[in-house]
Amino acid sequence: MTDQSTVTELVLQDVSVSFPIYHGGSRSLKKSLMFRGSGGHLATDASHRITVEALRNISMNIQAGDRVALIGSNGAGKTTLLRVMAGIYEPVSGTVTSRGRISPMFDIGLGIDQEISGYENIRLRGLILGLRPDEIEERMQDIIDFTELGDYLDIPVRTYSSGMMTRLTFAVATCFAPEILLMDEWIMAGDAGFISKAEHRIQRFVEKASIMVLASHSQAICRRFCNRGIWMETGQVRAIGPIDEILDQYAAHTGQ
Amino acid sequence: MPVTDNVELATMQKQPVVRGHNKSWGRAWLDIRTGLTLWPLWGRLGWNDILQRYRRSMLGPLWLTASMAIMVVSLGILYAELFKTPINDFLPFLCVGLLIWNLMSTFLMEGGTLFTGSESYIKQVRLPYTVYVFRSCWSKLIIFFHNFLIYFGVIWYFGIWPGATALLAVPGLAILLLNGALTSLTLGMISARFRDIPQLVNSVVQIVFFVTPIMWKPELLQHRTYIADANPFFHLVEIIRGPLLGSVPDPKHYLAAFIITLLNLVVAGMFFARFRSRISYWV
Repeated sequence: MTDQSTVTELVLQDVSVSFPIYHGGSRSLKKSLMFRGSGGHLATDASHRITVEALRNISMNIQAGDRVALIGSNGAGKTTLLRVMAGIYEPVSGTVTSRGRISPMFDIGLGIDQEISGYENIRLRGLILGLRPDEIEERMQDIIDFTELGDYLDIPVRTYSSGMMTRLTFAVATCFAPEILLMDEWIMAGDAGFISKAEHRIQRFVEKASIMVLASHSQAICRRFCNRGIWMETGQVRAIGPIDEILDQYAAHTGQ
Repeated sequence: MPVTDNVELATMQKQPVVRGHNKSWGRAWLDIRTGLTLWPLWGRLGWNDILQRYRRSMLGPLWLTASMAIMVVSLGILYAELFKTPINDFLPFLCVGLLIWNLMSTFLMEGGTLFTGSESYIKQVRLPYTVYVFRSCWSKLIIFFHNFLIYFGVIWYFGIWPGATALLAVPGLAILLLNGALTSLTLGMISARFRDIPQLVNSVVQIVFFVTPIMWKPELLQHRTYIADANPFFHLVEIIRGPLLGSVPDPKHYLAAFIITLLNLVVAGMFFARFRSRISYWV
């Protein structure tokens, strides 16, 4: 469980991230990229390489209790920002300060090995999530109960239906108490009977988190689970504020 | 600015963790340390890498051993004949040499895909980069031990008993592994940035195989021993092969291995400290 004595926080100061395009020396590629009109800005760095400025001077202060929704069009830098928060990309300039264990939930099926059994996959997924082997064993019964897979857990997951697979990955992903939870799109899927059960579980999971940052295109999900909104545009923060305000602004903008 | 950064671990951070663009040695070192503590993860991944290849086959990883054994026996007989050397002298030499070369060459040839091959992990979850290094070393070591069964067959058949000297192969193997890890780390980073490197390395490895005394005995060089002595791979092979065949390696091999390791440490260390944070941008 979350240690209440520790206050989690996630602070970004003047964070910029740019991706060099190494094979993009030619002008034609430069042009074609510009015409695509994607979110990031193109620039050239000191050694005349083309770089995509994915994030520019992002500053934000996320405190315990904050449920932040990142909204914006495709290519606005939401995923990159989440990856910076997760520590996957270290910013080219600026600093990220975090207090608390960060749990990125970008691909909950990462590391699933088709040839090994359900149990083994649970252990593997748990390790990738940063759980210790004993922590995984502690949660094993909860996972087994939730998946309702029973004896299937003894056989290779390649024999599973996609619904069974979803139950497995979902159960492992939500088996612990996150502190700083980062999600790129809401994790949710499954057959009809499973959805209500899953919804209950994910709600509890999200509530356990001290901080949540969620990038989503679903206004309903954002409104329901978040209390703050950050509107990203071309790698910059366009607006930060209470979720309803930001969603309304965004809707008014995109509605035009 | 003191930087602590192990956000990926289960431990709770009481102190704030600051991340920014910097190239410190401290964080490279931290990556190595946290990487080591994650042994349950890379141990499992490395083992799965092997199981995946041989799942549902009857011999499993022993297929490696079988094909290696066939190669040793057929090449051993052929080359003993070609070089006109007694087979009971040449075949064990070839066998041990090939076993070591097999381990060594996979470090070089698979080093290039160390990070690019783990792109999905690197982009989705933050793990110390050394986890990928340890994973690959571990699975290569497992394969080596499978192949090593042939050695026991050969010494039994030819009635060779290296005695306690054979134990010297253990530190030799440790030195080789360390160098393999460092080289694949360096190659992995360079190859993530410059995608031509793996192709280049592959073609060089082929040449190195013929230049290094594995298929031929170094004595054949007679007074031109510099050809072997200038070859770093020869020394790394010799500190394992010698003990396994019952002879204590010449001190010059240890000295050379020491210098190679030192160089490797400096190069890999500098690369890793400087470019570690760029790996996720490159893959």
